[in-house]
Amino acid sequence: MSEERKIKVLIAKPGLNSHDRGAKVVARALRDAGMEVIYTGLRQTPEQIVETALQEDVDVIGLSILSGAHMTHLPRIMQLLKEKGMTDILVIAGGTIPEEDVPKLKEVGIKEVFPPGTPLEKIVKFVLENAPRRKK
Amino acid sequence: MEIKEIAEGVLAGNKRCIARAITIVENSPEEAQKLLATIFPYTGRAHIIGVTGPAGSGKSTLISKMAKEYRQRGKTVGVVAVDPSSPFTGGAFLGDRIRMQELATDEGVFIRSMATRNYPGGIARATKDAVKVLDASGKDVIIVETAGAGQSEVEIAKVAHTIVLVLAPGLGDEIQAIKAGIMEIADIFIVNKADRGDADRLVMDIRSVLQLEDEMFALQIGKERRAWRPPIIKTVALTGEGIPQLIEKIEEHWQYLQKGLIIKKGLENAEAELVEAIRDKVTRSIVERLKRERRFEEILMRIVKKELDPASAADELLNQVLR
Repeated sequence: MSEERKIKVLIAKPGLNSHDRGAKVVARALRDAGMEVIYTGLRQTPEQIVETALQEDVDVIGLSILSGAHMTHLPRIMQLLKEKGMTDILVIAGGTIPEEDVPKLKEVGIKEVFPPGTPLEKIVKFVLENAPRRKK
Repeated sequence: MEIKEIAEGVLAGNKRCIARAITIVENSPEEAQKLLATIFPYTGRAHIIGVTGPAGSGKSTLISKMAKEYRQRGKTVGVVAVDPSSPFTGGAFLGDRIRMQELATDEGVFIRSMATRNYPGGIARATKDAVKVLDASGKDVIIVETAGAGQSEVEIAKVAHTIVLVLAPGLGDEIQAIKAGIMEIADIFIVNKADRGDADRLVMDIRSVLQLEDEMFALQIGKERRAWRPPIIKTVALTGEGIPQLIEKIEEHWQYLQKGLIIKKGLENAEAELVEAIRDKVTRSIVERLKRERRFEEILMRIVKKELDPASAADELLNQVLR
């Protein structure tokens, strides 16, 4: 029973955006890849997301945002994570995020951005390869 | 962080340390043992409430409202929400928090989701230990939400003081509920979604089952009658209707337990935990050692070829070890 420790992922939807099919699809794919995925539902504030990540002690945060407000919410989330010393967590984002914004997001610490149409296997593979692996 | 640091943080109520401690008890048996040994003397204060019932009955929403009510009464709350792991992929979708997110930023509430990891009975193997961590951190009330698989979810009785069974009309469980197990361990029955027309029917069904229990006792068949008469409370979790009454009844049950049952339960639970700890250690040391021997493979083949039955095979292997 000494398998690899399970990767714990938080899939969160910051802001006033009600489209969560993508988030749920990604959540299911990660679950099918053996991960434990917490999905928080819609309309989360950055504070709620970071607090949830802290209490659940997650390895990965996936942020899904389709409202266009990514440049407001995502950097704020990264800021809060930094303030709380939660910098080990792998943070990725998806949704309708235009290409020109991606470098700015990577600058604040988001490791990768997955635009609409990204094959699920790509996301799953990325998480498996980049999630911090704490010893069991 | 060192175990000692984390333990001290737990006792001080530090959320980061509480979160880390729960991760440890879920994943690292050796570190968990050290951690639990340190905080164990500080457990035993919290009132542990198990909330169980079929999927879709409204457990998560109910718990969210319960937590809010407790907060209004000045109590701090811990919540452990358990969801099932896939037996095929080992993964899990932990979605109970969806109904509880307004509590996420309340300093007096700590919520943790856990996957069963195929431990039977509706909770995870580490649920008891996660509860201990929250207890030691000073939470007044700890609510454990079971995975919601149904009648076999009686493990929760070993963890919680008060069991709340949440049913809802229209889930087809009027008859299901009468099956043994879950009905027998419930201390409080909730008929949620009571704004539905068929709610009263469900209340009647539950009442008739409880009456049957009384009649069985009168005929001197079956177990001894409980002095605690489980109340049936109608709630509408979405609006909060019935929640204050529920909290009152839970408090009443707590007072009832103080009259001596707490010690009896404590002894039963201590025995169950001790036996499980012994079993775990035996499995880890003896079984793992046996598996590494070559004889193990040979014996497996003999079982497959029907030359040796498993029980006799176990005797053969253990005779070596226990000599």
